[in-house]
Amino acid sequence: MTRPAPMPSGEAGDAVRSVRDQRAELPLYVNRIKVYPRKVAGAFRRIKWIVLALCLGLYYVVPWLRWDRGPGAPDQAVLLDLPGRRGYFLWIEIWPQEVYFITGLLILGAIGLFFVTAYFGRLWCGYACPQTVWTDLFMLVERWIEGDRNARIKLDKAPWGLAKAARKVAKHAAWVVIAAATGGAWVFYFADAPTTLVEIFSGSASVAIYVFVGMFTAATYTFAGWAREQVCTYMCPWPRFQAAMFDEHSFIVSYRRWRGEPRGKHKAGSSWDGRGDCVDCGGCVAVCPTGIDIRDGQQLECIGCGLCIDACDEVMDKVGRQRGLIAFDTLAAQQAAISGQPYRHPWIRPRPMIYLAIMVVVAAVMVTALALRGDTELHVLRDRAPLFVTLSDGSIRNGYTIKILNKARADRDYTLTVDGLAGAALTVVGAATHAPAARVSLVARPDSVATYRVYVAAPKAAQDSVAITFRLSGAARGAAASQASSFVSPKR
Amino acid sequence: MPTKIEKDEITGRETTGHEWDGVRELNTPLPKWWVNLFWVTIVWAVGYMVVYPSLPWVTGWFGYWSRAELTRSLEEQRGQRAGFVARIETADLAQIRADAELLNFALAGGRQVFADNCAPCHGAGGAGAVGYPNLADDDWLWGGGLADIHATIRYGIRNADTNSRISQMPRYGVDGILKADEIGKDADHVLSLSGAVAASPSTAAGATLYAEHCVACHGGAGEGNQELGAPRLNDRIWLYGGDRASVVKSIANARAGAMPAWEERLDAATIKMLTVYVHALGGGK
Repeated sequence: MTRPAPMPSGEAGDAVRSVRDQRAELPLYVNRIKVYPRKVAGAFRRIKWIVLALCLGLYYVVPWLRWDRGPGAPDQAVLLDLPGRRGYFLWIEIWPQEVYFITGLLILGAIGLFFVTAYFGRLWCGYACPQTVWTDLFMLVERWIEGDRNARIKLDKAPWGLAKAARKVAKHAAWVVIAAATGGAWVFYFADAPTTLVEIFSGSASVAIYVFVGMFTAATYTFAGWAREQVCTYMCPWPRFQAAMFDEHSFIVSYRRWRGEPRGKHKAGSSWDGRGDCVDCGGCVAVCPTGIDIRDGQQLECIGCGLCIDACDEVMDKVGRQRGLIAFDTLAAQQAAISGQPYRHPWIRPRPMIYLAIMVVVAAVMVTALALRGDTELHVLRDRAPLFVTLSDGSIRNGYTIKILNKARADRDYTLTVDGLAGAALTVVGAATHAPAARVSLVARPDSVATYRVYVAAPKAAQDSVAITFRLSGAARGAAASQASSFVSPKR
Repeated sequence: MPTKIEKDEITGRETTGHEWDGVRELNTPLPKWWVNLFWVTIVWAVGYMVVYPSLPWVTGWFGYWSRAELTRSLEEQRGQRAGFVARIETADLAQIRADAELLNFALAGGRQVFADNCAPCHGAGGAGAVGYPNLADDDWLWGGGLADIHATIRYGIRNADTNSRISQMPRYGVDGILKADEIGKDADHVLSLSGAVAASPSTAAGATLYAEHCVACHGGAGEGNQELGAPRLNDRIWLYGGDRASVVKSIANARAGAMPAWEERLDAATIKMLTVYVHALGGGK
């Protein structure tokens, strides 16, 4: 195997080498080779900062948004109240059995990920994944405290002393503070944020709160501070099956080999004839957060962040060559460029269109379900033992457990009737009157489930099972529901 | 370490030296900490075995015992229920039934007690069986009011308890009070009370016998007498079967179902909950 001999980069006197290159011998297990990403400026770096600010800003701020839902209800805009079995999302309140709305969101998220990946590769990994975002933030802090790449390499090689210890302690302290804030923000989504914040510091929060803050603090600190690119390479399944999401028309961070090779150092003023544009400065390797050399081609470790593009463009400007030696490019476009054929990017392709169609269908189903859901639900459970009871006048009685879900934040009076059964008479257990009636009144308290035992009696019918419908109606708008059930009589 | 270091020709990467039917595995080394985690889990498992009971003779440093945890959680629940139980003890049956909270508690508790103690004879949900009354219908031998049910459960029927409900029907056939053909006629009359059979010379003859022997307890129109536990005969509900043969058998041999006095086995609050539950099965008066 031929690999360009390491060359001095002129930065620290050492060659800039990818992690793969640094593994001379390959035992089955290796110590981690630490990556020291260099600072870089450019378009992609800017986008990364903006996405980072947006994501972290949303994450930290959202629990503090308030939303008035009236007395007795939490006023947090986004809250998953697990003990209370309710989810609050602005004006939407969901009950546990409506968790399919969250399933719908997850499906949209997954298909959306496929959709974006089919067009632009691992944008999620490079820009929006929490692992990337927090690692970026931790690296920023690290750079402030320990300096850029070369300073950090030097610091790590230096013998332990007061100055080194002070920097290391400062860095880890800063990391732990950020990690704790992250863990804290996480629990605010599950408990009222202002109250919980006070409770955390006054020591009166529940054990669960401290455990989860601790867990998320430890995880953030470990993953963003220590594990970093190893999470992507060794733990995350997404890099393993991303290959199935790419095709030759996906824009992926690519080294344009046909333009760059043969690579080599270039002296100012000398000719560019007979050689490639790559001056082998090692900039792309030095800035890479996962420590790879993009010039080795497509790699599992590449998170598609495009920082190597920024680094390379900077150098191309300096040496006076065209930008884009490393760029978001498709395999098909590169093939066309090599063979000199004209190329037009096919934006409309079957696979992404199918993803889009699935997303539209799922979104439509969700919106429809959300728009059509009332704030009353009726559940009817027919008694299995006894199946029916013969009364002294020969008529038949069935028992039902009726559950009324009143999602409104007000007391509701309902009327319950039964359709499809001639002469049906209803009795409610515990009601003031025992007299059977064709319609009965039931009450449900605000935001709760009212359970009633209801007996339905009717003269013995010809069939042994009659399909019936329980109808619930109330005065308020949307306070109506119905549920199918059956009425069973003896066969003889 | 790899068994044999080779370079893969296509990728230029090193292999682990492992080969299966010509397929060679590229060496993609794992980080060492990953392997070390594996050792950590083993150490953890050993620690787990030491502090928790793991083997028959190892009780563990923590003294943890799942049985003790169960007992503790039962105690905890008993504590949570104590307030309700106290209120049930002091409230009378009508109050329990009128208070939605107490009613719910009594129904939930009553269902459990019923399943444990009553369901073997009376069936799940009080569906009953031949000889064991259906508790969900509107026909009662000893009364279906809250107080009646309460007394029946407390003292039972035809047992040694001094307050036990007691009555005995004569054995018309076995003791030779009536002849076989007389019993048949009497049965025909009894069945005609609920309209199960049409009037005939036999029922007319039976009516005379009925007036002589049965009317005192079962009433002139077969309306029964709950004071004596004498079943109503003019409805469609038959404890021992409503066909002629069953009725003949009942007259000839008499029937005397028994029930224990539950006061001896269940506490007062439990019997109250059970009463409310049985009353709510559908037949309560």
